Amino acid sequence: MDKLNNLKELLNIHNLNNLEYKKITEILKREPNLLELGIYSVMWSEHCSYKSSKKWLKQLPSKSKIVICGPGENAGIIDIGDNDSIVFKIESHNHPSYLEPFQGAATGVGGILRDIFTMGARPIAILDSLRFGDIKQKKQKYLLSGVVSGISNYGNCMGIPTVGGECYFNEDYNKNILVNAMAVGVAKKNKLFFSKAAGINNPIIYVGAKTGKDGIHGATMASAEFDDNSKQKKPTVQVGDPFTEKLVMEACLELMQTNMIVAIQDMGAAGLTCSSFEMAAKGNCGIELNINKIPLREKNMSPYEIMLSESQERMLIILKKGCEKKAKKIFDKWDLDMSVIGKITNSKKMIIKKDNSVIADIPIALTEKNTPEYKRPWVKPKKVKKIKKFVFPKKNKVKEVIFELLKSPNLTSKKWIWEQYDHMVMCDTIKPPSYGAAIVRVHGTKKSLAMTTDCNSNYCKYDPFIGTIHAVSEARRNIISTGAVPLAITNNLNFGNPEDKNIMGQFVMSVKGIINSCKKYSLPVISGNVSLYNETNKIGISPTPVIGMIGLIKNTNSRNKKSLIKENDKIYLIGKKTNNISCSSFLERIILKNNKNLGPPPPINYNEEIKNGNFVLNLFKNNLIKYCNDVSSGGTIISLLKMLINKQFGVEIKESFTNNTNNNQIFYQILFGENAGNYIVIINNEEKVKELAKKNKVSLFKIGIMKRNYLNINNQIIKLNELKNNFENNFFNYINN
Amino acid sequence: MKVAIVVFPGSNCDRDISWAIKNICGKKPDYIWHKEKNFTNYDLIILPGGFSYGDYLRCGAIGSHSPIMKEIKKRSQNGTKIIGICNGFQILTESKMLPGSLLQNENLKFICKKIYLKVKNNNTFVSKKYKLNEIINVPIAHMEGRYYCSKETLKELENNNQIIFQYCNDNGNVKNNYNPNGSIMNIAGIVNLKGNVLGMMPHPERCSEELLGGENGIKFFRSIFESIN
Repeated sequence: MDKLNNLKELLNIHNLNNLEYKKITEILKREPNLLELGIYSVMWSEHCSYKSSKKWLKQLPSKSKIVICGPGENAGIIDIGDNDSIVFKIESHNHPSYLEPFQGAATGVGGILRDIFTMGARPIAILDSLRFGDIKQKKQKYLLSGVVSGISNYGNCMGIPTVGGECYFNEDYNKNILVNAMAVGVAKKNKLFFSKAAGINNPIIYVGAKTGKDGIHGATMASAEFDDNSKQKKPTVQVGDPFTEKLVMEACLELMQTNMIVAIQDMGAAGLTCSSFEMAAKGNCGIELNINKIPLREKNMSPYEIMLSESQERMLIILKKGCEKKAKKIFDKWDLDMSVIGKITNSKKMIIKKDNSVIADIPIALTEKNTPEYKRPWVKPKKVKKIKKFVFPKKNKVKEVIFELLKSPNLTSKKWIWEQYDHMVMCDTIKPPSYGAAIVRVHGTKKSLAMTTDCNSNYCKYDPFIGTIHAVSEARRNIISTGAVPLAITNNLNFGNPEDKNIMGQFVMSVKGIINSCKKYSLPVISGNVSLYNETNKIGISPTPVIGMIGLIKNTNSRNKKSLIKENDKIYLIGKKTNNISCSSFLERIILKNNKNLGPPPPINYNEEIKNGNFVLNLFKNNLIKYCNDVSSGGTIISLLKMLINKQFGVEIKESFTNNTNNNQIFYQILFGENAGNYIVIINNEEKVKELAKKNKVSLFKIGIMKRNYLNINNQIIKLNELKNNFENNFFNYINN
Repeated sequence: MKVAIVVFPGSNCDRDISWAIKNICGKKPDYIWHKEKNFTNYDLIILPGGFSYGDYLRCGAIGSHSPIMKEIKKRSQNGTKIIGICNGFQILTESKMLPGSLLQNENLKFICKKIYLKVKNNNTFVSKKYKLNEIINVPIAHMEGRYYCSKETLKELENNNQIIFQYCNDNGNVKNNYNPNGSIMNIAGIVNLKGNVLGMMPHPERCSEELLGGENGIKFFRSIFESIN
């Protein structure tokens, strides 16, 4: 085996430190060759090994009666009854999307979809959680356009609807954008597939696209911060081919109908290396690969390049011995390459051969056992100061205030984005992208799923612990607002460099926030992803723990036969009237504008959250709700508008709702304040709702009555058309100017 | 009534159409794989939406050379009814079974939204259940849906009443403002001269169920069933 020259430089390129190198030589009982060094570098990259985060992730609550498979597999699985199960996960593609927005985002979608169908599930929905910098910057518009086209290109071609997500702009993301994609799939409970290898001498087959020189060291790139020369890393970004992925998906799902598969895994980060290694490690067996058998896209690829390539749309499958020919027939039908590239052994080693000689020899269990796990030092983030002095606008400025809030790219309609996504294909999208959670039917059944992603970046910036609890709580309210019962979550933890103890502190507090809230809400965390080193020139992003949540509606038909809104229908607030302005959109947009500190996010009140949530579900159960939305960014008025904007109805807000007050502060606090745990509902039967609220000790306040075509606050009338035009065109104007 | 849906490797609206037809008439259509050359007689053959071969070239260009297309062309000449929706429409123009072609949308982006259509001719096998000039709300979802043809062809289409659906607003106003993709004369769907081959960009299968937010597509399928039986 070749000796390594220039060790220092090599370790640097491979993002390994001296201690890690020493570990490698101990495991191998010799020096590694270049191929082996490459393999270790990706296996031990932050992206694949979770070495900084593992200690904390282990503490997430991941078990419950409905969990079939928690974190550790390609995706998590929950049971929804009648032999149906739901497979879902969220994953980031942040670093590549900044370097090459179209391909970065496209392959992010491709990767998460493979995670879903690898487990035997047909993907039924995609959601995207995006963060960009200041929308007025040319560069951000370029990134936004590229990312949205990339997602659209991949998801649309696969024929899987992109039904939801969120998109948020803040200059903290100027140098590091975030692209998190979540996918949801449905599988029969008795037809699930896992990645654990088994059966000595069983053949390992390679299926899908050929291996090329793209994405080599992608996982390592995604595990380091950026600097001014990061552009040079562009070749580490993979190139997506959604058509091939569609073929791979259909062929795999067809193969899964037979009994030929022992284990299956997609080649994602760190490609062939990581997939084969993990399969063998899970099965506690050995693996032997013949590098000559790998289908290649280009000539003269070295074993190093072949093993580390992150070419997309490739799968690794362990078949039952003797099934090769039958399996090949299926792949031939779909015009896909299939090659037997190795076999399972009892050596507990990963052996790679080329022209019959061994070119890599790595003990699997020892490497797995010795994967670095760091106890990174961390400090608790400092509490931010409360902002004491506010000057509120006068009551009669409320119209201007609303239009100013609607100008915020974070509050205004994201139609420009979701009209580029095919959100209707598969004919199961019951609630398309608009506001709150989407609803997608489980095909051919009465069940539907509500799904959402959430994270209020400002809340998390000013208090990672409370902010994260808000993310979980708001996601839960989104789900409940559709009438669905929340089931489980997935999370994507996006942070800066964990070697900085302040950032590690944000991470730790954020994880604690998930643990705390998920325990309170009895929600298991079934899958997730960590993206660290979202940092450029030592400036990290704000902590962004994105929460993806799924809920279940058992009987879609009765639930969705809502009667239409009528003039004079009643609209109510469930929960206490809001009084918090700290950290709100109103404060950011109307009062402080350029201030750096928005103050702490509103406090959490679990009792209110749970009581109000249960009450809303109870109203749904009794068919008392026509429409529902939760109160979040922008307060009651913005939540109202989002819900009503396409329904040709506005609201006449009763003066008693704002306490008949002449005090500007109270007036704006009630209409635009942000507290947790509130919902607004258009109801069917006022008396019945009042009665139930009393019985359940839930706070209930009449906001007003529905009025065709206008909004009336404090005798100021705003035409719905004017609101709609603003709401829907503001975003287009940002992009086009 | 015998209906078949052709499945190209990248078709993705095949199941959707099958679902809509099953819901409306109770009978599930057959799927035929695009590599088939011999298959039984059908009253109606559907080319569904999707990305037949990834459509990295012109959409439908490779699809039009798929093994099955020769036979479909032959059968259309013998009077079998053929409809192509979205990618199916693109395949029909690429294989010259319908005139004109479909270019990239004017805004160069994929557009997925509900639009309004005006039924310009209700005397065809897909539109007889609609009233003349009826306005229907139907979704579109495409990147290359801008219908284009020569002046001569356009004249022929008009003279022969081959334009079936046009983009319009909710009042039925057929103006450029209400044209989502820049199609010539707001054309959304046409038939061939003989009247047995239809291509359209909008997706009637996506609005044939109340739960999905609309039922304006049901008459489309009812028209077809009535014409066949």
